[in-house]
Amino acid sequence: MPIVNFRKVLPWLAPSIFLSLFFFYPLTRILALGLDFSFFQKSPHFLSQTLEILRFTFYEAALSTLLTLVVGLPLAHLFAHYDFPGKKVLRVLTAVPFMLPTVVVAAGFNALLGPRGWINLGWMAFFQLDRAPLVFIGTLSAILIAHVFYNSTIVIRLVGNAWASMDPHLGDAALSMGASPRQVLMGITLPLLRPSIFAASLLVFLFDFTSYGVILLLGGPRFATIEVEIYIQALQMLNLPAASLLSLVQLICTLGFSAIYARYIVRVTAAIKPRAASLNQTRPRLKGQKLYVTGMIIFLVIFFVLPLLALPLRSVSQLEANRADLSQVKQTVTFDYYRELFVNRNDSLFYVPPFQAARNSLFYASITVILSLLLGFPAAAALARPGKLEKWLDPLLMLPLGASSVTLGLGYILTFNRPLFFSQFTFLTSPMLVPLAHTTIALPFVIRSLQAALAQIPSQLREAASVLGAPRWKIWLYVDWPIISRAVISAGAFAFTISLGEFGAASLLTRPDYPTLPTAIYRFLSQPGGLNYGQAMAMATILMLVCGLGILLIESFRLPGSGDF
Amino acid sequence: MKRLLFGLLITSMLLVSCGSPAGSGPAAAPNTALQLTPLPTDVVPTAVTPPSGEPRILTVMTHDSFAASVGVIQEFEKSNNVKVNFVKSGDAGAALNKAILTKDAPIADMFYGVDNTFLSRALDAGIFESYASPLIDSIPDEFKLDLKNRALPVDYGDVCINYSKAYFSKNGLAVPASLDDLIKPEYKDLLVVENPATSSPGLAFLLATIQKYGDPGYLDYWKALKANGVVVVDGWETAYYTNFTGSSGAGPQPMVVSYSTSPAAEFAYSKTPLNDSPDGNINAPGTCFRQIEFVGILAGTKNRDIAEKFVDFMLDVTFQEDMPTNMWVYPVNPKAAVPEIFTSYSQPAIQPATVPANLDEKRDSWIEAWNQAVLH
Repeated sequence: MPIVNFRKVLPWLAPSIFLSLFFFYPLTRILALGLDFSFFQKSPHFLSQTLEILRFTFYEAALSTLLTLVVGLPLAHLFAHYDFPGKKVLRVLTAVPFMLPTVVVAAGFNALLGPRGWINLGWMAFFQLDRAPLVFIGTLSAILIAHVFYNSTIVIRLVGNAWASMDPHLGDAALSMGASPRQVLMGITLPLLRPSIFAASLLVFLFDFTSYGVILLLGGPRFATIEVEIYIQALQMLNLPAASLLSLVQLICTLGFSAIYARYIVRVTAAIKPRAASLNQTRPRLKGQKLYVTGMIIFLVIFFVLPLLALPLRSVSQLEANRADLSQVKQTVTFDYYRELFVNRNDSLFYVPPFQAARNSLFYASITVILSLLLGFPAAAALARPGKLEKWLDPLLMLPLGASSVTLGLGYILTFNRPLFFSQFTFLTSPMLVPLAHTTIALPFVIRSLQAALAQIPSQLREAASVLGAPRWKIWLYVDWPIISRAVISAGAFAFTISLGEFGAASLLTRPDYPTLPTAIYRFLSQPGGLNYGQAMAMATILMLVCGLGILLIESFRLPGSGDF
Repeated sequence: MKRLLFGLLITSMLLVSCGSPAGSGPAAAPNTALQLTPLPTDVVPTAVTPPSGEPRILTVMTHDSFAASVGVIQEFEKSNNVKVNFVKSGDAGAALNKAILTKDAPIADMFYGVDNTFLSRALDAGIFESYASPLIDSIPDEFKLDLKNRALPVDYGDVCINYSKAYFSKNGLAVPASLDDLIKPEYKDLLVVENPATSSPGLAFLLATIQKYGDPGYLDYWKALKANGVVVVDGWETAYYTNFTGSSGAGPQPMVVSYSTSPAAEFAYSKTPLNDSPDGNINAPGTCFRQIEFVGILAGTKNRDIAEKFVDFMLDVTFQEDMPTNMWVYPVNPKAAVPEIFTSYSQPAIQPATVPANLDEKRDSWIEAWNQAVLH
């Protein structure tokens, strides 16, 4: 590699030290221990099986990404261009699924679409059927719909932000010169949105590619992605060589996607003078607009709100005794499950007081937000104007999203179970490892969201300011910052949700003395009994509320000097 | 709000810059600067005046389902001037794997929760030190699977089929009395099981069918089950709460592979007091599999003396009697009384299946063949 000057390396210093220590080092250690290529000879079927799994993983990830774009882009347009009552709350609601534990989402979908879900029960009652007509759980459709449900928020936020600050005069000018709306869309709007659409697609694709909980719980055992297979090999069969090989395959794929993205993104990015987002937003006035906005809101409610609503409803409904005969059970409203959360019934050592779980969850999430923004900002700034160094580093930054969380978790155990280097401090037993691990996952997100925004700033703006005699910091403060502050808020919200929803069991050690909300939910769901189920639903409702309020708070931040972008 | 942000910023910077707080040793005391809220149990030991200075720390690695009463653990802590830290490490398989991976620098002094299906794996990896507890003699031989006493039995549970009483009585259907019954047409579409590749009760039930029908006879049995509409899901939580009719999830299948004690738990954790459990369990010969869970002292511990005491404590009556309603398992110590709720609402298995001798070498190929027969 050519010699790079210090100025160029500086923004990379903190993020690379962090990622080396908390991502590359543990990953290398576990792979070094597990990789064993003689394994191929021992199990001849391994290769053909892996190829089959790889094929399915590509297939479901590509299909899910496509569907997520189909659903997400119109919603991004809606949020970017229209002002309507309840907009803020609806926008937050689209982000809530992103962090919900899969068990909870599965329960929500099941209440809606399962064999005993509202839709099936209604259908059966209406057409006098004795079997549920709609089969949802255990199908590819369930996997796809859940992926869209989880990841639409990425498209809504990344593309929506870019769309909101796009200058409409370009399109207006084209229209007045006789272009058709379709020509404006294809020739101006979409090309300008490409960087954000690409960044969002890459993130969504990687999430779907490494999907695991959704596949296991909603798809059922007939479907397996690479990550599911890694989980089975590493934690159930205790077959580390197979798990390591599969992890390597997954990493190479991730690196491939990221490299393609990095090459392409430079070519499609066009910098255009941005405009304050609030200037672009109108209330729907024309009849067509009103119809469009109403239609989209109805879709939002059906697709995002109904599955979410199932949880709070179940957490307050009582269902007892004669369970085989649902039609005759009177469902009454009760708050007993919430009351029960505050009681340690049989004096359990692992009882989780809900307030402490919420406080710990929020604390971890705040640290994750701050750390990932601090580390991600300089890296994103450097990436927005890539030099030789950046072109090399760019694909590497996405690896944490494509790495198997099971493998990485084992790497953590192997690396941090003893004092690191010369210090006396063992990370593994420290609660601080949790937000640090969350930060490795949130960092690629933060970097991508910020990079897409930074790349859109035209260099003329900076040059103009520079010619007029503004020092570097002033240019940054008055040119860059106002334009990207919206993306900073979005990035922070993502880091927050990633941390809040992460359940450490697969990857880390659970520390019962520092419980979080997701661990509390799992504790209830691991034992039989109506009270346990009710309390799990109540805890999940609390998690949803905490998450929703957190995002609302982050998004209502007015960063100093942010203006209206 | 700005102030809060600034405060968090400073805290996080401090945390990043000084990786090494004053507390040292593998189980450093929680750093108070972290502002985290530890559970009240952490505070309790200080209320007791320790007989000789600071309490020593015993770290117990275990799986996520471990549970105990505060009072019982405190009793041990008080009388030995010890603070017991539990580290939960995922489900039974994941926890064991983590213990094996860290055997050169163990993160705990002992490990509880390796079951009989994983036992030989743990013993081969050499993670345990032998300890012939004085209490081991009182435990029936059927539970002692390691004659060198590296792993000592603590509890057992029977993986059995549960059924919804209401469903069977409403439909005038007899409860199946054998594995053979399950492939009869009257039980079509009524059973949900767990995938043996991802679930420990799923593997247990597979082993019960292998014991009954042999290899490769079990595959024909499973093909017949498949033809009779058996539903396979990833794990116990889904099977029980999403698919099973007799749980609060009120799913479509009135029979589920669960534990013999689940009906008792349903009774205990009912929101409104019940006259009877909504569910029952099948305990006919050969339909269940007996899981035994073991505890062992991790090789290389610096606290062998307290670890030994805690093993004794786990095998003794107080802990053995506390365990059943916390983890819904049976005690191995015959002196420990089984709670009334167990005897009233759960039927212990009759002649349950046990671990076959060649499990370790066959496990993968059995699961793979099952996978081909049932899922493809």
